[in-house]
Amino acid sequence: MEIPYNVEERQDTGMYNAKLGIWLFLASEVMLFGGLFSAYVFLRMGDITGTFASGSQELNVPLATFNTLVLISSSVTMIMSWVSLKLGDIKKFKLHLGSTLLLAGVFLVVKYFEYTAKFHHGIYPDTSTFFAIYFTLTGLHMIHILGGMVVIFYFLVPGSKMMKTEPERFTNRIETVGLYWHFVDLVWIFLFPILYLL
Amino acid sequence: MSGHTDTHHEESFWRKYIFSIDHKVIGIQYGITALVFLLFGFTLMMLMRWQLAYPEQPMPWFGWLFGEEGIMLPEVYNSLGAMHGTIMIFLGVVPLAVGAFGNYFVPLQIGAPDMAFPKLNMSSYWCYLAGGIVMMFGFFVPGGAANSGWTSYPPLSDIATTGQTVWLFGMVLLITSSLLGSVNTITTIVQLRAKGLTWMRLPFFVWTQFITGFLLLLAFPPLEAAGVLQLMDRLAGTSFFLPSGLVVSGELLDVSGGGSPLLWQHLFWFLAHPEVYVLILPAMGIVGEILANNTRKPLWGYKSIVYASSFLGFMSFVVWAHHMFMTGMGSTISAFFQTTTMIISIPSVVILTAMFISLWGGSIRYNTAMLFALGFLPMFGIGGLTGLPLGIAASDIHLHDTYYVIGHFHYVVAPGTIFALFAGIYYWFPKMTGKVLNERLGKIHFWTSMIFINGIFAPMFIQGLAGISRRLWDGGISYAHATDTFYLNEMMSTSAWLLGLAQIPFIINLIISLKSGEKANDNHWEATTLEWTDAPSPPLPHRNFEVIPEVHRGPYEYSVPGSDKGFIPQSEA
Repeated sequence: MEIPYNVEERQDTGMYNAKLGIWLFLASEVMLFGGLFSAYVFLRMGDITGTFASGSQELNVPLATFNTLVLISSSVTMIMSWVSLKLGDIKKFKLHLGSTLLLAGVFLVVKYFEYTAKFHHGIYPDTSTFFAIYFTLTGLHMIHILGGMVVIFYFLVPGSKMMKTEPERFTNRIETVGLYWHFVDLVWIFLFPILYLL
Repeated sequence: MSGHTDTHHEESFWRKYIFSIDHKVIGIQYGITALVFLLFGFTLMMLMRWQLAYPEQPMPWFGWLFGEEGIMLPEVYNSLGAMHGTIMIFLGVVPLAVGAFGNYFVPLQIGAPDMAFPKLNMSSYWCYLAGGIVMMFGFFVPGGAANSGWTSYPPLSDIATTGQTVWLFGMVLLITSSLLGSVNTITTIVQLRAKGLTWMRLPFFVWTQFITGFLLLLAFPPLEAAGVLQLMDRLAGTSFFLPSGLVVSGELLDVSGGGSPLLWQHLFWFLAHPEVYVLILPAMGIVGEILANNTRKPLWGYKSIVYASSFLGFMSFVVWAHHMFMTGMGSTISAFFQTTTMIISIPSVVILTAMFISLWGGSIRYNTAMLFALGFLPMFGIGGLTGLPLGIAASDIHLHDTYYVIGHFHYVVAPGTIFALFAGIYYWFPKMTGKVLNERLGKIHFWTSMIFINGIFAPMFIQGLAGISRRLWDGGISYAHATDTFYLNEMMSTSAWLLGLAQIPFIINLIISLKSGEKANDNHWEATTLEWTDAPSPPLPHRNFEVIPEVHRGPYEYSVPGSDKGFIPQSEA
């Protein structure tokens, strides 16, 4: 038997199942990063030797600013791809979703250069509590980017068949991926100031 | 997510029983696995009780496993203690209450063909099983399984043997499992309620699962965060939980320092206090169903209970630091958490009082399910009320980390929650299997369990008040001031072993009744909720109901004047 509201919205809640599901998942993600941000605040408050202030001096602000712009653009292309799909423009949809994937890749490459530069200067997670939280937070964020890239790639290539068989359901899926992607973007918007600027 | 095709043709064995996406099969998988883990976790405790009753005397039969000449080594004792707690909570009780009962009966009680995300549901079970296997793997690594207590407080856990790393990986899997499960439960309850099933018509059990879902969803991630930080400490050499200048075995630890052990405690208890309500809420839900059914009366104050449970769920997020009065975090913070803790006791009392009042004037049917449900009420009452002195900072200073604490939370979880889960098994077994559990064996199971479980936990209050600390390998022999309470150890341990024996009738009952038990009809207990009135026993694979029912009334319309059967099913117009 079909599970109800898999594709269409339930009238009294105004949502299809996966949309509620992804919002709940994001709520849990907020608590995960919330826990880590609290850890950041807690450790910074107890930081009598000033490793947080001096540590952030050593990070590369221009690169991170560039990366912030890259991620924001990828969020824009993400939403464009969903809109194109809604309008039935498959070609534009593929173009925008592909750009999102590409921009995510750019973000990771930049991050790779940032990481290796740190390692060359002998800076590792065990250097100080600041770098410990820097590597943990950005690392966890990168895992989220990677996860998002896998899913986007899936819908771009092997999973795109559904576009023809169940177009409405496919559009819903792109919407939920988009919600996740905006969240990952948002996490970075918080990470950037607390790690690089403060 | 089941397609159009897979419901009609015959499924292969693997698809039907192993990698099933049917919520009922997954529920049973959860149930069997959780019962096995419960038994295993209980066995660990029975071994520990030997050491406490007869310190430094060789253990008969199994002694060679735990140390030279059969005398249990302190580090082995610590491992058993840490793993007992971890297994009972994360691998036993929660999976049974939420994974098994929630999975099986939430869709049935709300009139849904399955959970909202069947494949996610399957992944949730397999993550849980993988987490369990990883945890068990810990016993075989050098240094043995995790031995820093189920709370894993650093700095000890940061520098502990490899078992701790295994424990952390196991926890990450278990947290993933509970995340998938809770997203699924909440979505199912919001989206898949049958037509006419409004929020105030939901069976109380569904409400408790709904609130529990939110607790799991929002409280577990901070522990995952803490787990990631501890893994970094252990594997990448960071110092999140290691303060500067830490000396271990006379040597200064070579780390950057600057961390705080208190950070772990905050993140840990942010999960672990709501976790208490994850343990107790589904139990209350089960007891509520059974009380209404067997008193043949509506649950008294249904709305108050629902509101109280919701308030309880909300408050459970702001009481965590009452576990930390002894850390020196300051009297202002202590005062805040003491106040919230006193406030959270109010909804618990509301629920328990309403359940007691529900008994008033009922013509009670004393079947085994009802006995366990009735047993739950005073046992949870004792557990709850003995918690108050622990929630007040001044009295907690004396009681903190003593056996009093152990007695308190075991009264909540063991004769509380686990009794409620037994009640649930006796109540719903006919629905799940089409066979009724034997009442005589059931009653033996109940009365023996009831006596012996009190024999274990009641003396703990006495020992705790005398000041015996909770994690002592020798049971406190080195504590000169508490010597006059040592004689209780032997009695408590004997009770524990007898409690183990008391579970044999239950296990036999499960097997015998499944094979040759009395056949159950579709509505064996003459209940009003959808799983009994509209689904066959057992419910249809992959769709539960012949026709998805429509709901016309509240969940507990028993003893309605003028009705011919004495009760009106929810689905009756």
